Amino acid sequence: MRPSINLRSLVIAALVLGLTLLPVYVALSGDRFMLTLFTRIVIMAMAAVSLNLILGYAGMMSFGHAAYLGIGGYTTAILCFEGVTSGFVQWPAALATSALFALIVGALSLRTRGVYFIMITLAFAQMAYYMASGAARYGGDDGLSLDTRSQFAGLVKLNDKATFYYVCLILLFGSIALIWRLTNSRFGMVLQGVRSNEARMRAIGFPTFRYKLAAFVIAGTMCGLAGALIANHTDFVSPSMMFWTRSGDLIVMVVLGGMGTLFGPVFGALALLFLEQFLPAVISTAVRPFDAADAAKAGEYWQIVLGPLLLVIVLFARGGIDGLLSSLSNLVQRGKQGNG
Amino acid sequence: MADALLEVDRLAKRFGGIVATDDVDIAVPEGELHAVIGPNGAGKTTLISQLSGTLIADAGRIRFAGADITRAPAWRRSHLGLARSFQITSLFLDLTVLDNVALAVQAHAGHSFHFWRNARREERLRQPARAALEQVGLAHRADVRASLISHGEHRLLELAMALAGQPRMLLLDEPMAGLGPDESARMVETLRGLKRRYTILLVEHDMEAVFALADRITVLVYGRVIASGVPQVIRANEEVREAYLGEDDNV
Repeated sequence: MRPSINLRSLVIAALVLGLTLLPVYVALSGDRFMLTLFTRIVIMAMAAVSLNLILGYAGMMSFGHAAYLGIGGYTTAILCFEGVTSGFVQWPAALATSALFALIVGALSLRTRGVYFIMITLAFAQMAYYMASGAARYGGDDGLSLDTRSQFAGLVKLNDKATFYYVCLILLFGSIALIWRLTNSRFGMVLQGVRSNEARMRAIGFPTFRYKLAAFVIAGTMCGLAGALIANHTDFVSPSMMFWTRSGDLIVMVVLGGMGTLFGPVFGALALLFLEQFLPAVISTAVRPFDAADAAKAGEYWQIVLGPLLLVIVLFARGGIDGLLSSLSNLVQRGKQGNG
Repeated sequence: MADALLEVDRLAKRFGGIVATDDVDIAVPEGELHAVIGPNGAGKTTLISQLSGTLIADAGRIRFAGADITRAPAWRRSHLGLARSFQITSLFLDLTVLDNVALAVQAHAGHSFHFWRNARREERLRQPARAALEQVGLAHRADVRASLISHGEHRLLELAMALAGQPRMLLLDEPMAGLGPDESARMVETLRGLKRRYTILLVEHDMEAVFALADRITVLVYGRVIASGVPQVIRANEEVREAYLGEDDNV
């Protein structure tokens, strides 16, 4: 097969280019808000990319992935609170605690499957949520502010918004590159075999549990790093970042973008956070001509529009946004062949 | 038969009140093609599942190549050289035909904690996989997604995957299931080619195929062995005719 330039790869190239050049646009336009929004998108995309490894490639429906955002974030914030501000300590610690948590959750939950697996991963995430709520020293329900962002001995200054954005973006691209290598390796082939038919994998000689556990730990660790980034981004952590609806958001990003695809979760994060940001205003504007008084309030019900939109994607575009792009590419391709 | 490759000794399995396997003894020496026949519900698939480790027996013993594997998990039996094909086609449908077989090769090529190198470019995995597809005559379909090939080809792919691990013994659960006459004939020829090179335990409904291929036959009825011996003896056995073969005019 010759490598063809199709619509899908063009869109992905545009996405990568757009994300890379965003700070330039911000510098020219002075639209600082866009930089804040896109930093958040990039970090959440990284969390979704990590979830995609176990959900999309290995078929493990983890419903507690936001716990790692919280654990990575809290590790960073707590160290900062206790006077350890060096990123060289904070970030490895965030990775280590996330990995450990994933190891424990995985070791217990991966022996079950289906609904039980979903419930156990959910239960552990809720446990982390309540532990953070109960930690009075670290703010309890009110959360914990970070006095300073992670310090990297003056080498990288995270206080600068553009610098921080690029740090996040490089880590996102790094994660995607890692997932790309991983999913095409022997390890990745095992994961895809498990997704397709786990009983058969055991019958042909794979002890599947250890591979699933390794994937679970890798995904949790990667998400823990996203957690450390989010804490630096908002200068604040709170239990709510681990609440189960947050895990739901991550699943929506993966499914919306395209499960088991390299860039799907990035599309998903982009789409969901954009809708979250701009749908209320769009609805308000649409309602205003009919009911000016309640227009602002109508915007609060943006999820009434989001729900059916997700439904349509799940029902009619099984592969999510990435799948949609692939189908469009094929249509264009066929159109060309028809003309030629 | 102390030096049989596979020795099944008083194996028993029950599901609630139903006795699926009742004191079954089977011994298969190296190189033999041993067929297990019996009417529907005789417990043939249950027996294969216990041999391959998908089910664990309630009582009795299974020895393979001198090792007691009665309680060994499925993946370990596979590593000892016991390969199984499934009656209901059980493949990785979203992967290509070659990927399916390459996974079976990979299962026996050391651990899979290799995270970096592209597995689809490893000749150590792809070459033996291609060879196994060659053996069953499926090489021309290597790059097609497994969900897109015909049922007959699925059966051959099942067989190729069992072969890919270079097993000592094949447990084949109705490889002819659902095949048309032409495809069946092709499968019989393929199996004839594998005979002697592998020790084979064959569960099959197609009597013509069984009597054409088997060195010895064991007849199961309601989980119990009612006869065991060479094909001529089984054909002549009154009890077997009554229980099973009587319905079939070809025999």
